[in-house]
Amino acid sequence: MDVAQALADLTEISTQIEAAVLFGADGAVEGSTLKNESAAKGLAAAAAQLLDRAGALRGGEAAVTQVEAALGDGAVFVVRDGARRIAAATVSNPTVGLVFYDLKSCLRDSAGSVGGEAADAQPENRAASGTAGTAPEPAKPKRAPRKKDADEA
Amino acid sequence: MKRRVLALLGFATGVFAGSVVFRRQFGKRRDRVEVYFDDGAMVSYVDGAPEAATLLDAAREALQAARSA
Repeated sequence: MDVAQALADLTEISTQIEAAVLFGADGAVEGSTLKNESAAKGLAAAAAQLLDRAGALRGGEAAVTQVEAALGDGAVFVVRDGARRIAAATVSNPTVGLVFYDLKSCLRDSAGSVGGEAADAQPENRAASGTAGTAPEPAKPKRAPRKKDADEA
Repeated sequence: MKRRVLALLGFATGVFAGSVVFRRQFGKRRDRVEVYFDDGAMVSYVDGAPEAATLLDAAREALQAARSA
């Protein structure tokens, strides 16, 4: 899934998220829900600063993975996954766990498109490695054990 | 005697309920930043703490940038 689609899904799923921006370790914006490019860069820069300052508080002994700032009129979330980051501005008093979950999902979903073609190519490679001329069998749905068997066990 | 006890109990319950409603309506939530580390630790900095100032400044800047568009 590409970055734009992942961000579109994010704002569609979470009504609490007002704006979000995906950016790299160098602060370069990969994608944003904001139409104004300078606003997206500003959000990314401030979020990167927030991560850096938070990391400095413990002297760098542990890396910061996520930050939530609850302000009077809204909240700011920043999540880091390796070199990639996502920042979001939300309404006030959001459902914190849900916002973090949605941001992590967005980071994960968009990872393939940014990390190169390797991630996208994996399913095709797997299919290609099978015996030539034979179509891969569809996965059979697992059935729950019969109640009688379960009772006897 | 029983009536006085009941009246007193009702009054106390009313005062308690009123204080809860008052705090929910008018109690100002302080700005805060929660930082999660990869070793599983979480540290919360509340507005007024010396460490919170720099973090809250960056957070306010981020929120302002997001809403400036």
